[in-house]
Amino acid sequence: MKIEILGTGCPKCKKLTELTEEAVDELGVSAEIAKVTDINIIIGYGVMLTPALVIDGDVKVAGKIPSKQEITDWIKEKK
Amino acid sequence: MTMDKCCCNTKSRLIYSCSSAANTGEIADQVSRKLAKEGYSNMTCLASVGAHISGFVESAKSAEENITIDGCPTAYAKKILKHIGVTPTQSYVLTGMGVEKGKTPTTKEIINEISNKIKTTKKDHFSVSGLKI
Repeated sequence: MKIEILGTGCPKCKKLTELTEEAVDELGVSAEIAKVTDINIIIGYGVMLTPALVIDGDVKVAGKIPSKQEITDWIKEKK
Repeated sequence: MTMDKCCCNTKSRLIYSCSSAANTGEIADQVSRKLAKEGYSNMTCLASVGAHISGFVESAKSAEENITIDGCPTAYAKKILKHIGVTPTQSYVLTGMGVEKGKTPTTKEIINEISNKIKTTKKDHFSVSGLKI
């Protein structure tokens, strides 16, 4: 599973990264977590608002920090 | 489509333009581009929302303001957003703002006039027809 955190490194992006890492650890899944800061790649996903979370190429949320439970549910969907 | 920097801490205002083949669509597109270039809003892709591309859909759902500019009363920009459960905060229809379909030329003067109207109009002062209510 590939999880991407889209954002240029602001506190909200960092918070989303933390929550995602926690969710992955708690689920015990094998996932690559990548931080994407390149605006051109972010726009390539159609994301106009950051932070955003992408799981296996699917943008799950953009422009806000989801709850850890939401992140957990999205990961479970992809397992 | 434009996004010059991280927008975590900025007001998120996205603009969607009708892309019809008529002069009304051309004017709507040019007005949207002008507003984006001036920094009034970020222009994004209506067709991608219609195609349910996840990044565009999620961005629309999270934006504080979504503005649609339609050329005619068909108002498909507004309808496409409604299709994903998003009600635009502002909707404009150019034929209700003095543009005549098939007649009004796409000139700088027209584009400036329409974009200025949009910038100076407070939210909710325009109905879907573009007429003041």
